[in-house]
Amino acid sequence: MQAIIDFFQKFVDIFITRGMYQMVLDGLKNTAIITLGALAIGVVIGTLIAVIKYFAEDSKALRPLALLCDIYTTVVRGIPMVVLLMIFYFIILVHAEGIVVGIVAFGINSGAYMAELIRSGINAVNVGQMEAGRSLGLSKMQTMRKIILPQAVRYILPAIGNELIALVKETSVAGYVAVVDVTRALFLIRNNTFQSVVTLTLLAAIYLVIVIILTRLLKLLERRLSTNDKRRKS
Amino acid sequence: MINVVNLEKHFGGENVLNGINTEINKGDVVCVIGPSGSGKSTFLRCLNMLEKPTGGKIIFEGDDLTDKHIDLNAHRQKMGMVFQQFNLFPHMTILDNLTTAPVMLKKRTKQQAQEKALELLARVGLADRAKDYPSQLSGGQQQRVAIVRALCMEPDVMLFDEPTSALDPEMVGEVLDVMKELANEGMTMVVVTHEMGFAREVANRILFLADGVIAEEGTPDAIFNHPQSERLQSFLAKVL
Repeated sequence: MQAIIDFFQKFVDIFITRGMYQMVLDGLKNTAIITLGALAIGVVIGTLIAVIKYFAEDSKALRPLALLCDIYTTVVRGIPMVVLLMIFYFIILVHAEGIVVGIVAFGINSGAYMAELIRSGINAVNVGQMEAGRSLGLSKMQTMRKIILPQAVRYILPAIGNELIALVKETSVAGYVAVVDVTRALFLIRNNTFQSVVTLTLLAAIYLVIVIILTRLLKLLERRLSTNDKRRKS
Repeated sequence: MINVVNLEKHFGGENVLNGINTEINKGDVVCVIGPSGSGKSTFLRCLNMLEKPTGGKIIFEGDDLTDKHIDLNAHRQKMGMVFQQFNLFPHMTILDNLTTAPVMLKKRTKQQAQEKALELLARVGLADRAKDYPSQLSGGQQQRVAIVRALCMEPDVMLFDEPTSALDPEMVGEVLDVMKELANEGMTMVVVTHEMGFAREVANRILFLADGVIAEEGTPDAIFNHPQSERLQSFLAKVL
């Protein structure tokens, strides 16, 4: 009992009395910015690669580009995230701010995984859908955009959710490139106060809550999309 | 309207079409019959280049569709197609299924496209289903919507690839009725079908395909009542 009271006293003392909650909030903001930025970049790169590879299946002109995409996914997936982050910070984007480096590096990492995901979604759409679009006179690209991709997204939404959750947690290494994300913020507070239990417990709880919220939101989205096209006569 | 010249199609080492020559004229209702594996569907799918011929020419309204530099999409807008499996877009309402292509291809404004779609839907008896999704419709209803989707592009010719083969028997009639009505209005149609009754009643010409060639062709009367070749005689003996 005493331990619990102790815990809360320290908690209140550190975060409220000494005002360090502000650091946590700023950290959370950076975590969110990196995650959302990286997600956006990842989706764009992933879709681009998936579509290029799809079109390259019967266009010789696109083969070199498809090969380039293969090299990209192989290289990126073969390098640990922290190493990739450091390479971007110290070698490629030397003059950029840490947070920009973070968005770009996490985005490029995420893109490699998204590409495979989105490709599997495109392949899951019945070939008759492409034929139906083409038979109406739509171009391959128009059919892809209007007919194929919207269906592919529905198939892979759960997998994209997993990718997003992994991404949020992965951004905890952003501290390596001088970004004060929520992890870095609580590490700093810990160094200041020597209170490992309070700070690390809070940090773990924060990630847990974020992940739970994201999971809920994704379930909701999934349900909304599926009721949209799978409503059946009762 | 469509001139098929020496059409050939090989899949790997397999010869599916071995030199098909025929002409589809305006107002024709041509039914393509034949045993399975005879190349009927491949023939039809070559007409709008969903299947790329390995030899020969498809001349549509004066343009050779097998020419690499031709604008296929522009020509396909004038060739409606109805598939065995309907292939409606499951993520869109019926109305969106019907209006997406005309609006995207700038044939009509959204409002014009919707008016046209609703008018055509009403003619196939499905006006009240515009806001529904394809999965809420029966097979026969879906196929009727698929026909309307093709019609919304105001095609010059309609291609039907076994339109009733995936339907429950009690739904075949409703789809054939729509096709009959279309034929009576003078639509040019090419229909791959196993429905001999429909072919006999509606077609003005029948192509009997066997082993990748037109083994016999003629009026329904000639084909069904006076078959010449042994292939056709034995085929008819099996299906009639």
